[in-house]
Amino acid sequence: MIATKPKDFEELLNRLAEADSIYIVGCGDCATVLQTGGEYEVAEMKKKLEDAGKTVSGTIVPDITCQVLDIKRLLRGDKEAIQSADAILVMACGAGVQAVAEIIDDREVFAALDTTFAADKFRGGEFYEWCSLCGECIVDQYGGVCPVTRCPKGQLNGPCGGSEKGKCEVDTERDCVWTLIYNRLDKVGDKQEIEDRMAEPKDHEKSTKPHEYVFEARRG
Amino acid sequence: MSVRQAIASGKFILTSEVGPPKGCHLDEMVEEGEACRGLVDGINVTDIQSSVMRASSLVGCLKLQEAGLPPVMQMVCRDRNRLALQSDLLSAAVMGITDVLCITGDYTTLGDHPQAKPVFDLDSVQLIQAAKMLMEGHDMAGNELEGDPPQFCLGCVVNPGAEPLEPQIMKLHKKIRAGAEFVQTQAVYAPEVFANFMNQAGDLGVPVLAGIVMLKSAGMANYMNRFVSGVTVPDEMIARMKAADDRVQTSIEITVELVNGLRDTAQGIHMMPLGWNKHVAAVLKECGLA
Repeated sequence: MIATKPKDFEELLNRLAEADSIYIVGCGDCATVLQTGGEYEVAEMKKKLEDAGKTVSGTIVPDITCQVLDIKRLLRGDKEAIQSADAILVMACGAGVQAVAEIIDDREVFAALDTTFAADKFRGGEFYEWCSLCGECIVDQYGGVCPVTRCPKGQLNGPCGGSEKGKCEVDTERDCVWTLIYNRLDKVGDKQEIEDRMAEPKDHEKSTKPHEYVFEARRG
Repeated sequence: MSVRQAIASGKFILTSEVGPPKGCHLDEMVEEGEACRGLVDGINVTDIQSSVMRASSLVGCLKLQEAGLPPVMQMVCRDRNRLALQSDLLSAAVMGITDVLCITGDYTTLGDHPQAKPVFDLDSVQLIQAAKMLMEGHDMAGNELEGDPPQFCLGCVVNPGAEPLEPQIMKLHKKIRAGAEFVQTQAVYAPEVFANFMNQAGDLGVPVLAGIVMLKSAGMANYMNRFVSGVTVPDEMIARMKAADDRVQTSIEITVELVNGLRDTAQGIHMMPLGWNKHVAAVLKECGLA
């Protein structure tokens, strides 16, 4: 899922200075799990905005805000509240914000959240970036642990010299990914193979932005 | 002399290091190098060391070369993608700078521009491979170079005090397989740590220059212990620096002991004097190396 975190509220109020009336869109998917844009957080935002002297003309939490056609139908049903708002505040990831902006093209749309990473979730409140959507998955070459993402320097041929007692130079609380890879390969996989193989540089052509997939869907 | 020539001669190799300033006056840096004239086979010029913005390694190397001193161009992977790295390697060769040390580089957030975009398009193994390809007459994409290819003498680094050591040694072997012809190490303060590393590393087939950072004070030693990965200054050394009447003299004595303790296991010494190049001569003379 996509991780998000709330922007500073004062900063957000500054951005919304020109808007008296605001319509809020949350997200029932990732932002709900991350507790940044679910029903609860949207209600909380509504109250905070009202306490700051704003009018909230309406709120909505679509199941999945980045499903453009679904939210188009949904927002059409709330046309009046949207029309009476000066601005739209979206409590979803950047994909959600742009989905809303695509549909509501006559109002300024603001992001309430910063979009941070593709998250692996453990228990509630514990999310980690293990995949950086690089366009070419090579985790099977590293015992199932991704050095592209979990090493700040993306080191493919072994640890950098900053690795200290199995920890990372950038955050000494965090395990060096090469410690994790070695531990993993001790259990499963082939350590010799990783020692012998000269890993080639990543092909960044495969991660040229913006990506798009347009195909004839087989289902749904 | 150059590092390439020193390797070819089979002698005990000596190198030192200078850092370009944050500014456009390199006289002091050249003066630092001047203090090593005739004493060392190469003088490393650091590349935006510790991610703190400053003049480039290449221009620092040119200044040393102009003064008749033998530069070793350090090259980190942090700030340039493969286009810029290869281009700068060619540019260095144009100017006759061919001793090149290939390094990963400290992370951006550790320096004075933490907002900078970290590049790390290549790692140090891949940078050595890229340089080797240029030496073979083609670039990383397989396109042929015009004219005679450049002839680099490529170096790499390793931290003998790293823990765990195994993955570091694995990577070191890859660097040598990629084409590194010499190794300079992170600072060593205990000959037995270095000996243990050499033992575990096995037959590398290229000279290893043990790195030495001269201690300037007990405070500096404590700082290194806290903040520099894989470097441990023994308590006994810190106590000696603390009790020293003449810190320079004590530092020279400690360094001489270190060099002598490393001579039988290392094939050379890489001094990182951090502005104390003027004291390198005293160390090397005392050791009978100058």
